[in-house]
Amino acid sequence: MSDAPLVQIRNLSFSRGDRVIFDGVDIDIRRGSVTAIMGPSGTGKTTLLRLIGGQLKPDNGSVLLDGEEVQHLRRGALYRLRKRMGVLFQNGALLTDMNVFDNIAFPLREHTGLSEALIRSLVLMKLEAVGLRGARDLMPSELSGGMARRVALARAIAMDPMMMMYDEPFTGQDPISMGVLVRLIRTLNDALGLTSIIVSHDIAETCAIADDVYLLSGGKVVAHGTAEALGKSDSAWAQQFLNGEADGPVAFHYPAADYAEDLLQREHNN
Amino acid sequence: MLDSLQLLGRKGLEFFQRLGRGHLLLLQVLAGLPGLFLRFGLVIKQIYAVGVLSLVIIVVSGVFVGMVLGLQGYNTLVDFGAEESLGVVVALSLVRELGPVVTALLFAGRAGSALTAEIGLMKATEQLSAMEMMAVDPVRRVLAPRFLAGFISMPFLAAIFSAVGILGGYFVGVGLLGVDDGAYWSQMQDKVDMYDDINNGIIKSLVFGVVVSWIAIFEGNDAIPTSEGVSRATTRTVVHSALAVLGLDFILTALMFGE
Repeated sequence: MSDAPLVQIRNLSFSRGDRVIFDGVDIDIRRGSVTAIMGPSGTGKTTLLRLIGGQLKPDNGSVLLDGEEVQHLRRGALYRLRKRMGVLFQNGALLTDMNVFDNIAFPLREHTGLSEALIRSLVLMKLEAVGLRGARDLMPSELSGGMARRVALARAIAMDPMMMMYDEPFTGQDPISMGVLVRLIRTLNDALGLTSIIVSHDIAETCAIADDVYLLSGGKVVAHGTAEALGKSDSAWAQQFLNGEADGPVAFHYPAADYAEDLLQREHNN
Repeated sequence: MLDSLQLLGRKGLEFFQRLGRGHLLLLQVLAGLPGLFLRFGLVIKQIYAVGVLSLVIIVVSGVFVGMVLGLQGYNTLVDFGAEESLGVVVALSLVRELGPVVTALLFAGRAGSALTAEIGLMKATEQLSAMEMMAVDPVRRVLAPRFLAGFISMPFLAAIFSAVGILGGYFVGVGLLGVDDGAYWSQMQDKVDMYDDINNGIIKSLVFGVVVSWIAIFEGNDAIPTSEGVSRATTRTVVHSALAVLGLDFILTALMFGE
C-alpha cells in the first residue's frame, strides 16, 4: 500500500463544451516526492488540480487518491479526504474579512474542537514556518503578493495534510519572494513528510525542486521524467518549451493563409 | 423568424435553469440552517452587517415617510373635519403596507446588493473554492448565516420603520398642524388591530425577508466570477428583489385584506 503512488491518474479525459482539455492522461505521483506538472497556459493545469481535489468530475478515466476513487466518493467521504489535502491557490484566496491569524485558524476552528490556547500555538507554529509570525494581525489587503501566498501556504498546512497542491505558486512574484517560496515548498515537503504537486510554467524554479516532471500539451502527457532527463529529451516540443524558443512545434504564427498571397490580395478582401 | 424563435427558446431555457438552480440552492441553505443554532455567533455577525448597519437608512426614511403621510393625510382629512383620525391613517398605511414594502425595497438596495457583491467577489477571488478545498461547505458557512440574518432582520427593520414613521406623522400632525394629541393616539389604539393589521404586516415582512435574502445570496453565488459579472449580479439583485417584493405585496394584500 505504502509503495503505491499517492495519486494515480489513469486514462483521464475531460472536456469543457467542445474543447477537449485532457485526452487519456496517465500520471503517477510518488509518495514523498515533489512532482511538477508543466505546460503552456491553457493546457488545463489548474483543471487537473480541481479533478484531483474532486471539485470537477472527469468524463472518462479515474483519479485514485490514496486508494480512493475521487469522483465516486460521497460528499462526506470527499470532505474527509479534503481535510488531508492542502491547496495553495494562485492568488492565495485568503478570506478577506479576517486577519492573518484568523485565516490560518479557520480550518482548525472549523474542523477541530481544539481550545483557543492550543489553536494559538498551532497557528503561531505555522506562521513561524513561513516566517510571518510578526504579521499575524495584518489584514489580507495589507499584505504584499508574496506574503499573501506565504500566509495561504501556512493555512494550507494548518491541518497537517498528507498532500499539498500548488497552483502557479511563482506567478507574479519578485525574485526574492520567488526564492523564498521555492525553498519553502521543498523544505516543507521534506520536513513534514508531504507529497507535493506543483502546477507551473516557471521552468527554472520548478525544475530546481521537482523530483518528477510531467509536461502537458494538447491534452496529453508529452514528456515525463526527472528534470535532467527532460533536458536531454529528444522531443522537439519538450526542447522548445524548456528552452522557451519562440518557434518550433508550437508555431509562432497563428494558422493563416500564405503571407505574400495575403498581402497581394488586400484589394479584393478588405 | 427562426432566429428569434431560437432566441426565445434559449432565453426560456436559461430562465428555467436559473429558477431550478435557485430552488436547489434554497434547499441546500435550508438544510444548513439547523447547524447554525450551534454556531449562532456567525448569524449574529451577519445580523449586525445586514440589519444593524441598515438602521440609519431605515430610520431616516421612516421619519420622512411618516411626515409626508401626516401632511398628506391631514390635507385630505381636514376637508371632512376628520383630522382627528390622522393617527389611524398614518398607522394603518405604515403597518399594513409602507412599513414592510418600503423596508424591503431599502433592504434590497442597502443589504441585498452588499450581500450579492460580497459573495460574488468571494467567488471571483476563489475564496469559496478555497473553503470547499478546506472541506468547509460554503453554503453552510457563508450563505446560510447571511440568509438567516436577512430573514431575522427584516421584520425588526419593518417594525422600526413603522414606529418611527408614526412618530414622524405625530410630529407633523400634532406638533405642526395642531391635531389633538389624545385623539391621534387613542383613535390609533382603537382602530389598529393586532391580528388584522400588525400580524399581517409582520407576515409580509417575513415573506419579503425570505425572498430578498434568497435572491441576494443566489445572485452572488451564481455570479460570473469577473468584475463585470459581479456588477451585473448586484444590479439583478436590486431589480429582481424590487419586482418580487411589489408583486408579492399585491398577492399577499389580496389574500389578507381582499374579502
